[in-house]
Amino acid sequence: MKKSVFLGALTIAGLAATASVASTLDDVKARGKLNCGVSTGLVGFAAPDANGRWNGFDVAVCRAVAAAVLGDSDAVNFVPTTGKTRFTALASGEVDMLARNTTWTFTRDVDLKFEFVGVNYYDGQGFMVPKSLGVSSAKELDGATVCIQTGTTTELNLADYFRSNNMSYEPVPIETNAEAQQQFLAGACDTLTTDASGLAATRAAFENPDDFVVLPEIISKEPLGPLVRHGDNQWGDIVRWVLNGLISAEELGITSANVDELAKGTNNPEINRMLGTEGNLGEMLGLDKEWLIRAIKVSGNYGEIFEANIGEKTPLGLSRGLNAQWTEGGLIYSPPFR
Amino acid sequence: MTTMTDPPRESFRLSMLLYDSRYRSMTIQIIVLMGFMLGAAWLINNAVQNLAEAGKTFSFRFMSEPSGYDINQRLIDYSSRSTHARAAVVGILNTLLVALMGCIAATVLGVILGILRLSKNWMVSRLAAVYVEAMRNVPVLLWIVLTMAIMVEFMPTPREFRGEEPEARMYLFDSVAITNRGVYIPDPKFANGLGDIPVAISLRPEGCESYLEGGELADSCGLFQISLDLWLIIAVLLAGIFTAKLNVKRANRIQAATGERPNTLWVNLAVIILPTLAVLWYLGFYLEKPVFDRYNFKGGIYMRNSLIALWLALLLYTAAFIAEIVRAGILAIPKGQSEAAAALGLRQGKIMRLVILPQAWRVIFPPLISQFLNLTKNSSLAIGVGYMDVTGTLGGITLNQTGREMETVLLLMLVYLVISLSISSVMNAYNKRNALKER
Repeated sequence: MKKSVFLGALTIAGLAATASVASTLDDVKARGKLNCGVSTGLVGFAAPDANGRWNGFDVAVCRAVAAAVLGDSDAVNFVPTTGKTRFTALASGEVDMLARNTTWTFTRDVDLKFEFVGVNYYDGQGFMVPKSLGVSSAKELDGATVCIQTGTTTELNLADYFRSNNMSYEPVPIETNAEAQQQFLAGACDTLTTDASGLAATRAAFENPDDFVVLPEIISKEPLGPLVRHGDNQWGDIVRWVLNGLISAEELGITSANVDELAKGTNNPEINRMLGTEGNLGEMLGLDKEWLIRAIKVSGNYGEIFEANIGEKTPLGLSRGLNAQWTEGGLIYSPPFR
Repeated sequence: MTTMTDPPRESFRLSMLLYDSRYRSMTIQIIVLMGFMLGAAWLINNAVQNLAEAGKTFSFRFMSEPSGYDINQRLIDYSSRSTHARAAVVGILNTLLVALMGCIAATVLGVILGILRLSKNWMVSRLAAVYVEAMRNVPVLLWIVLTMAIMVEFMPTPREFRGEEPEARMYLFDSVAITNRGVYIPDPKFANGLGDIPVAISLRPEGCESYLEGGELADSCGLFQISLDLWLIIAVLLAGIFTAKLNVKRANRIQAATGERPNTLWVNLAVIILPTLAVLWYLGFYLEKPVFDRYNFKGGIYMRNSLIALWLALLLYTAAFIAEIVRAGILAIPKGQSEAAAALGLRQGKIMRLVILPQAWRVIFPPLISQFLNLTKNSSLAIGVGYMDVTGTLGGITLNQTGREMETVLLLMLVYLVISLSISSVMNAYNKRNALKER
């Protein structure tokens, strides 16, 4: 029995790994669909709407990549992944890329053999508590029961934070965001901790968002961004430069509304290079000239995507803060298209 | 000297491997073995190759690195600075805890249900049947999640115990609190206890410095610590039971010699209970009640809702199977047995206890072992309610934080294999001892 179990595991590992041999770009083109790993449902970032259509800040990245590569922003299979399953899904080739509130860390980049193509949201871990608890600072949480999503950096930050502040806590590990919400609302934990953006999204989905507050402390750096597997640099470049393209588009004032107009040619050479009227950047990536035009047309540039999904006019009400363009005092910055 | 004639000498031909019945079975076995080994080699080679292609090495070194995460329920000292290996051990102990509690409770409930199902009372036997069919025909994960949801949604939150006029009340003289985070019960403590002794200090020397110099013992000292108080009480209790057995033997002897049996009950109770009470008094035994403090109860024993939900669901589910096994075992005993017992004037309860069950037990036991194994393996569904068993620590957070799927999953399988094989070997040994000896 021991042997058969062992072999079974090897078979699974073997089968899983064989999938990742050919070039991802060829795979995606042959399939005609992009497999994109997203979260299991986080309003504003990735969640299906009433018609079952996936929408959100992370979803927009998937759609932009699909539009650039396949010419169709709907040619995406959205694969919901939990904090625990996401890396296995990517490493085994089940998904071509992950766009799922994933923090860029050293071990994930180096040891887990992934390639973070950039940062699309600068975040940090926070705490949400019911107002009735009467807590105004995370420093007052000594002895509290804390709901955490298991398999995330959150877990490690939390352990470090409480340890360095000499406080004790009771962790309640939870698999998905939905379960975390349910336990938190039922009072099975005093506080819910995850990235501050995730807290805002969760709070926005509550029946009475005003009964809850997000505490001011941010206890970690969480640069979130899309990632691909190590080893396929061409595919990594495509995802990276689609993201950079969306960011540069905002900086240069290219929007979903004026992209067609600008694609006829402008006197800004960088815009011309991005939109394919000058140079052959698209070909270098293994795509055609209009790749970025299509990507921008899907849901606009980085700023448009931000405002439509998580910005101040949405229920999440997140301000740009760190995620403003570098020209406006933020950290969002794309290398030049040259 | 031999009178037998030698068989005709025949030279060995290759075709005999197939057509000669003396060799055929050997040939087939060798071919099967070779095929099996080729298949295994192909699988291993494939895995190694693909792991290499993905740039992954196969190494267990991560097990000795700090885990970085906390575990809520731990039976031995553990912090986020402890190693992944220790986190795995914490998980294994949690698995064993819920498995042990589950097996004991499921057996008790299963036997009762099995007997009830055979009751002559139509209502009782129907109710037992409904229970058995409902429990065993719904996947156990659903029972686990349902039990957890009921606990979380319908029990009062700890906050409701707050203040002068709390919305929720504690039970049993304010010593038991049932909340939606779990149940707090009083914790036995010793005012002048003997303390703990660390085991294998050399393997985990952190925090032992002051202890070795005769000072206080830190929790992190030693591989694990044993409580001297507990062992003292167990020793006294066992000594009492042993003395009581001697007393029974003496009574048997007197009965055999004189025909009159001296009363043993009071003496036995006295030799078992009085010394134990004396030791408890000497150690300064008291119960520490849980008291509400800011967010949660402090003090007392905290049984988390995840443990209770998992335990309840596993025990209720497995009890349904055990009930059927018990029913089958009882039905396997010929009717003549109970009729003969009835003819001797035994009452229903005594017939069951003294005649039927001891015989049925032999039939019940072997399938019972596999139910115990099932329960233990089903406990790996713990992640559904966030119970930190070995699947949750080693196969969950450790796997995820280190990204070593292959290594952790293999280790995990090994752990379950060892647990299951140990259970079944112990139970099989017991079964062999009790099985009907036919000559």
